[in-house]
Amino acid sequence: MLKILKYSFYDLMRSRWSYVYFIFYLILGFVLLFLNNDVDKAVITLMNIIIVLTPLIGTIFGVMYYYNSREFTELLLAQPIKRRKIFIGQYLGISISLSLSLVLGLGIPFITYGLFRSTAIFDFGLLLVVGSFLNFIFVALSYNIALSTENKIKGFGYAILMWLFFAVVYDGVFLISLVLFNDYPLDKFSLITTMLNPIDLSRILILLKLDISALLGYTGAVFRKFFGTNMGMFLSMSVLTCWILIPVLTMNKKLKKKDF
Amino acid sequence: MIEFKNLHKRFGKLTVLDGLDLAIDKGGIFAILGPNGSGKTTLIKCLLGMVIPNKGEILFNDKSVLRKWNYRNNLNYLPQIANFPPNLTVSELIKMVKNLRPKASNESEMIQLFGLQPFLNKKLGNLSGGTKQKVNIVLTFMFDSDLIILDEPTTGLDPIALIYLKDLIQKEKSKGKTIIITTHIMSVVDELADEIVFLLDGKIYFKGSIEALKEQTQNNNLEHAIANLISKQYA
Repeated sequence: MLKILKYSFYDLMRSRWSYVYFIFYLILGFVLLFLNNDVDKAVITLMNIIIVLTPLIGTIFGVMYYYNSREFTELLLAQPIKRRKIFIGQYLGISISLSLSLVLGLGIPFITYGLFRSTAIFDFGLLLVVGSFLNFIFVALSYNIALSTENKIKGFGYAILMWLFFAVVYDGVFLISLVLFNDYPLDKFSLITTMLNPIDLSRILILLKLDISALLGYTGAVFRKFFGTNMGMFLSMSVLTCWILIPVLTMNKKLKKKDF
Repeated sequence: MIEFKNLHKRFGKLTVLDGLDLAIDKGGIFAILGPNGSGKTTLIKCLLGMVIPNKGEILFNDKSVLRKWNYRNNLNYLPQIANFPPNLTVSELIKMVKNLRPKASNESEMIQLFGLQPFLNKKLGNLSGGTKQKVNIVLTFMFDSDLIILDEPTTGLDPIALIYLKDLIQKEKSKGKTIIITTHIMSVVDELADEIVFLLDGKIYFKGSIEALKEQTQNNNLEHAIANLISKQYA
């Protein structure tokens, strides 16, 4: 597995898109910090970008990598190595290289800004952790889609729809249902619905840490009331971990029956 | 050496292999032929463990291969389409494949033979189709295994590389190895194959030497003899 991981990581780190992604975050970080001069605001703006963008990029990279390396995967499948190891290796290769672009791209401007000496370092660290979580989650989800769809165009379409659903549609449906069922107690409902969407969960996780009540919204407030800040953070971290583990397990299950 | 027993494979409603039985003995060159969509590649992929049959058994050296992976250390496979990670160099790719297989390899000899030295430090994404196919061939032949499986090996090769490839196949045969080839190019079959396996409708339609085939179809030209077999499908 590590051998496959190593080479797909090498391959991806040298690809033009990794650089573009890295430079994008680099510029974003510099602009937000040095033109804004307010670390808290910068972190919030970054959060809004990261929780939408990392899932999108993870999804696209995952599907693209799977379909582009299909023939090479066939060659690997003919080698004396277990199927699972090939795909887990590729999966980790993509996720780690994307996370590295994120961490380095934002980390460099923050270090030059002198963030190590401020208290915002924890908020910022959490931002990077959550971004990496989202990378791992959405690459796994898109790999699942690619594995079950032979047709490249369809696979791409489903993957984008999946992203659109979690990033946009889900919130809309959630809000409508809150309005519709206004007369009922909605605490538990909203808690559970938030857990079922990794993007919402990440948003609440960061807002809990930043401690900005105005931005928490209804679910965030319920979340804090229910679990308190520390318990809430611990819980949302564990749910995010489940969001990685479950797609990886289903990927594994799909692999056992798949024909190449 | 290899035995397929009552092999069934369906993709949705399409039956590709329908109770196929085939035994391949050790040593010699076997050409698997058949019209498009007759199940040649599926048969090979079943043996390699890429396609999982619905029913049936495959034995390699008297051991079942289904859901195993160790046995693949003793076979080399040349895939139909050569497509590699675009940002790795040729030598990195060779190193990677060597890394995956715990056995000796003679890649430098192969690189020399196909004149790949100038490309070793080039990225695979920048190579032409024919050069990629040469890399593909090097990856396949650099290991010493009992079984060599070639899926359309001649695609995109220039005439000189084609001659080298044929020599290489003959050399491996003389070492007592078993070589399975699928191809649509009859001159290659005529020149190399000891035995022909003809697939039709997911079953073995003919198995035997080229002479036997010519005799059966009463045709002196292999190309026409094969066309004769295929035309029965359309009749």
